[in-house]
Amino acid sequence: MFPFSAIVAQDEMKRALMIAAVDRSIGGVLLFGDRGTGKSTAIRALASLLPKMRAVPGCPYNADPECELHECGFCSAPKRKTRLMPVPVVDLPLGVTEDRVVGALDIEKALVHGQKSFDPGLLARANRGFLYIDEVNLLEDHIVDLLLDVAASGENLVEREGLSVRHPARFVLVGSGNPEEGELRPQLLDRFGLAVDVKTSADVKGRVEVIKRRDAYERNDEAFRKKWSRADGTLRRKIVKARERLEEIELGDELLEKAAVLCMALGTDGSRGELTLIRAARAYAALSGAEAVALEHLRDVAPMALSHRLRRNPLDDSSASARVQRVLEQEF
Amino acid sequence: MPRKIPESDALTAALLFAVNPAGLGGVVLRSLSGPDRDAWVAELRRLLPDSAPFVKVPVNVGFDRLLGGLDFAATVGSGKPVFSTGLIESADDGVLCLAMAERIDDGAATIVAQALDTGSVRVERDGLAEKRASRIGVLAFDEGIEAEETVNAALRERLAMYVTADMLSEMCHEIRSATGRRRAAFSRNDVCAARVRLDDVTVPEGVLVLLVQTALAFGVSSVRAELLAAEAARTAAALLGKSEVGDEEAALAARLVLAPRATRLPAETPEESPPSDDATPPDDAPGDDESPSSATSLPDEMIVEAVRAAVPEGLLERLAGDRVERQAASSGRSNEKTKSRWRGRPVGVRPSSDLTTSRLNLLATLKAAAPWQTLRRREEPGHAAGGQPADNEAPRLLLRREDLHVNRYQDSVETSTIFVVDASGSQAAQRLAEVKGAIELLLNDCYVRRDQVALIAFRGDAAETLLPPTRALARAKRSLAALPGGGATPLANGLDAARELAVGVARQGRIPVIVLLTDGRANIDRNGEQGAERAGADALSAAKVLRAEGFRTLLVDTSRRPRASAKELGAAMGARYAPLPFADAASISATVQSKVA
Repeated sequence: MFPFSAIVAQDEMKRALMIAAVDRSIGGVLLFGDRGTGKSTAIRALASLLPKMRAVPGCPYNADPECELHECGFCSAPKRKTRLMPVPVVDLPLGVTEDRVVGALDIEKALVHGQKSFDPGLLARANRGFLYIDEVNLLEDHIVDLLLDVAASGENLVEREGLSVRHPARFVLVGSGNPEEGELRPQLLDRFGLAVDVKTSADVKGRVEVIKRRDAYERNDEAFRKKWSRADGTLRRKIVKARERLEEIELGDELLEKAAVLCMALGTDGSRGELTLIRAARAYAALSGAEAVALEHLRDVAPMALSHRLRRNPLDDSSASARVQRVLEQEF
Repeated sequence: MPRKIPESDALTAALLFAVNPAGLGGVVLRSLSGPDRDAWVAELRRLLPDSAPFVKVPVNVGFDRLLGGLDFAATVGSGKPVFSTGLIESADDGVLCLAMAERIDDGAATIVAQALDTGSVRVERDGLAEKRASRIGVLAFDEGIEAEETVNAALRERLAMYVTADMLSEMCHEIRSATGRRRAAFSRNDVCAARVRLDDVTVPEGVLVLLVQTALAFGVSSVRAELLAAEAARTAAALLGKSEVGDEEAALAARLVLAPRATRLPAETPEESPPSDDATPPDDAPGDDESPSSATSLPDEMIVEAVRAAVPEGLLERLAGDRVERQAASSGRSNEKTKSRWRGRPVGVRPSSDLTTSRLNLLATLKAAAPWQTLRRREEPGHAAGGQPADNEAPRLLLRREDLHVNRYQDSVETSTIFVVDASGSQAAQRLAEVKGAIELLLNDCYVRRDQVALIAFRGDAAETLLPPTRALARAKRSLAALPGGGATPLANGLDAARELAVGVARQGRIPVIVLLTDGRANIDRNGEQGAERAGADALSAAKVLRAEGFRTLLVDTSRRPRASAKELGAAMGARYAPLPFADAASISATVQSKVA
């Protein structure tokens, strides 16, 4: 895994991922943009930044020992032991079949022993973690339908082969894609809390640095990771700290008002955008070590919280984030 | 060991690829099949180590074959799950060869691209979860002819080198000539030795800076291109027995990797937007007028010249205009980039028991049911223990609702709306503006329905496809805004162009809808001759052909008052007729949507 802190520039992309890691309720990140900008690298690197979580070893659903439904028998055992485990970042590969997403009858047990038992799918594995979809706009429609349903309810309900299983599936969706491959369904777009337009930079120094680091990583990934582990550790502590302080961050009424004005001026649908904007601003303030949300926090996260919620005008050439920027300048 | 890289770039590409297939991602071989291409492949195979697999992938490959999955026959036969290795995995440490790569669908292309990125395939199918190593290099046979017709962009970007037909014939020339034979004498042993050395070759920072500057100067935006260029330079150095990349290898890498990706020449002012109208394509005339203004970050002159000379002809003309020009008279092939998901063949199956709207896929259904038979038989009421059917009873397939699979392409069919705009002088300037306004409204509507749109304009003596079918509506708007008016009315040509495009669209499995905006007054016939009478007759006959094809058509009469000529034309086409003053977006959209076959 390429270290997160070794990714050159692309500050907005990194910021969005960090914010999503601080406050899961924001609802994930969509990275849309040019090829060769390190979108997938950043998302896959996120895994090593996430602070560990407590779970019962062997539990296929990574269930929270404290509060979740216990289907698997691991967690309901009287003398279960819990342990700190890495937060899962599960890749949803293209070409995945439905049975592997939601889980199905265990094929080996069915064939060899003629037994019926549930083999949990990727949604179970992603519980309490992140579900990553590369080339999200190429995902087949019926898989998207499954994800939308589960993402909304936080629970996976399987009814097939005479099995009836219900298990927690609360995951943060992270997607990446290239707009040239086609547009995203609005329903899916809406599920992503934050969206970032990732652009290539024309800075020679930065680009040379990208190549050098990539090369160093490919030659000796272990040494490279070691070299960056301190920087990654700093980021990880920042996330932990921000999570702890999240509830204490103050948010003044005038900022709430600003957020409302901004959303109104942009004509975003519903209150979802406003809510996301405020949450993201709060998480960002926590990450920056501030006591209260300031105007600059709001301003910095506004494009990523709102740009994908604008009512689309397909004939407007300017990018959505440029439109947000325009309104920001008018209103602030 | 030869100390010199071959003169032919095609040969060099084969050499570098043979040394470092996974590091370079691969090669796009853009040429029709033939002796030249065969010669290149033979050269590659001569150089590749014996142990390296060379796996061919047919164009209509399914995800299951590409990724691997459950081997149903073996599974049912042996009574335990048997994994069948996918094509990507079987090409591990070797070459995956994509036949007709320009027609491979986006999903398959992306799977190959992901394998290139991660050096592995992830299989989450048929109850299996596997991750398998697959360090592959991809050889993509691109048999596309028109510019738009090429390998999926995400995949192409990960393949370092592009070899064109011209480079191939040059290569064959070199192989045939005696000096060439002496020079092209790198052997398989040299390749193996270079592979060993590769890890120790370093790229000095100065070379990296040079490559990045060159990339930026030629408008190559993806960092991946530079990474691949650096890798190509390293590979060349390893081949030559050097421990550090020098300028020569850098120039070679820039020529092979960066040049085909150029989007502008460095002499141009590096502005965001391409020159608006009628930009004369910068002819390949180095030294002609070198503008020093953009010299701030201009890389080494030698490399720039190397790249400039290698920028494929025609590439920049295309980019300068930012549109693909097509003469109406060319043959009736599909002209969309072949990335459609709705081509004629079924794109796959999906589990569904809803057989009212989709057709059952028997094979997939049987496959889904097969592994569970033992289990189900055991659960059958009144079944004797042991799981064997009674001797005199034929084994019966126990099928359940969840086994049912249907063909997927039936689910929805997309529409491509082809706008055919009369931009002739009889459409006074102001009228043309109104027509453009009407189309803009319609574009909005197409967006809502996720239609594709295409734009054809006719004026003067020819029709021109301003925009092949696309979903990029902003582009449609741009080309519409740039459309000038004036000149005669070659109506028949316009209709012919529309028919040709519609046939291509239909062949891809989409429903074409033709929206013709004209006043119906033709004055140029098919041969480009003046004369209202001939022109009118030609237009009517073209209209009748459209009707015979059975396309859905709509004629928007753009004349001041509804005219008989337009009505007559509409009738000949079998089109719905709507005079512009009343042709609001809603009614036109309703027409476009109505299911008149």
